[in-house]
Amino acid sequence: MAKYQCPECGRIYDEDAGDAREGFDPGTKISEFPADWTCPDCGVRDAVDYVKVEEAPAG
Amino acid sequence: MSATTAGHGAIDDGIQAVAPDWTDGKRYAWLLGLVVPMIPFIAWGLVELTGLDVFWWFGPAFIFGVMPLLDQLGGNDTSNPPEAVIKWLENDHYYRWCTYLFIPIQYAATIFAAYMFASGDLSTIAAIGLAVSLGTTNGIAIANAHELGHKRESVEKWLARIALAPSLYGHFMIEHNRGHHVRVSTPEDPASSRMGESFYRFLPRTIIGSLTSAWHLEASRLRRAGKSPFTLKNDIINAWALSVVLWGGLLIAFGPGILPYLLIQGVIAFSLLEVVNYIEHYGLLRQKLEDGRYERCRPEHSWNANLVASNVFLYHLQRHSDHHAHPLRRYQVLRHFDDAPNLPTGYAGMIVLAMIPPLYFRVMNRRVVEHYDGDVTKANINPPVRDRYLRKFGGGSKGGSTPSATPSAA
Repeated sequence: MAKYQCPECGRIYDEDAGDAREGFDPGTKISEFPADWTCPDCGVRDAVDYVKVEEAPAG
Repeated sequence: MSATTAGHGAIDDGIQAVAPDWTDGKRYAWLLGLVVPMIPFIAWGLVELTGLDVFWWFGPAFIFGVMPLLDQLGGNDTSNPPEAVIKWLENDHYYRWCTYLFIPIQYAATIFAAYMFASGDLSTIAAIGLAVSLGTTNGIAIANAHELGHKRESVEKWLARIALAPSLYGHFMIEHNRGHHVRVSTPEDPASSRMGESFYRFLPRTIIGSLTSAWHLEASRLRRAGKSPFTLKNDIINAWALSVVLWGGLLIAFGPGILPYLLIQGVIAFSLLEVVNYIEHYGLLRQKLEDGRYERCRPEHSWNANLVASNVFLYHLQRHSDHHAHPLRRYQVLRHFDDAPNLPTGYAGMIVLAMIPPLYFRVMNRRVVEHYDGDVTKANINPPVRDRYLRKFGGGSKGGSTPSATPSAA
């Protein structure tokens, strides 16, 4: 589990927390996102562009 | 979800947010944007003053007369705020209030016009004129909603929906942010016009395509969360619900006789938005990369205009390249780029050209070809005219093939 960030707009996706609005349950890996998913805030970058910013502590 | 740093878009960190020595020359000019929602009131004032009914048509006169005239007087503005003040400028809430204040005036104008339609004081021609003028207000309101709808703050997203309610275009916020921005300047985007596509062909394609795309986007988001699309959590449905409340309220208060005029103003309003869409990316194409994705949207994928007057009325919408490259940037910090494609005139003049397709093609096709250094195969060409355009503009020899990301040979 880790946190990822959009390199354009700074939006954070936290795999531990998931994203209820986008329909991703807690624990959903960013690698499991649908192929056509794009950053909902900027629309400029896709899931594969998100940059890992933090490796969560094991647990 | 939290958002902090990164990139060039959501300028948040890295630069100190202190008040700089630099002053914004356009700071108070942004208040002029509030003239737009006053158009129906100005029309009324001019009719009262002169006794001439023709002034009910002040809305189109504003776009096609006043705005181009002010553009002539105001000239070009290529100044950009220095990088060091960007964060400070983004966080100055004064600029936000300029866009928020638009909306109560817009609603006052809409209610005022509805009252006038019902009053029986207007001839049919005068009432149609007022409906067109109100459509101008509620159409340019979509530019205001556009600025607000791009923001993360939920209050701004809600204000955007409210500004879109009179024009029945609540789905615009979904389609624009998650559809148009993702697929901009590709053949897949209903709101990016193709070279050789007239405005009249583009209009039904963008209206229907944007609507169906918006619905698919929201439905698939809700499906992931295990919800039906028929819920108030659907941002299209809750935005349309505002239209139902507003239109229903006006019809109850002023009677069903105002319905034709409400419809006229709505059609004018969203057609105004769509003609601006038509202009913003005409013929421009993002090339496909080897992995099958399109290259990222860059400044070269939008048309721009730097006329200061129309830019002030449209919240820098004509600085479109920076907007698409960095969609979360607030209007006051959008930059001019010297090397981005430039329109020959502002949106007002371009709208007139767009309504006369042969003239529009004559002015713009040459510019598209020049932008691609003579290689027309790199443009987004309307399929029915593709072969003819390849012959006419003599680009490359790969007739019919989709341009790929081969190094520019031109």
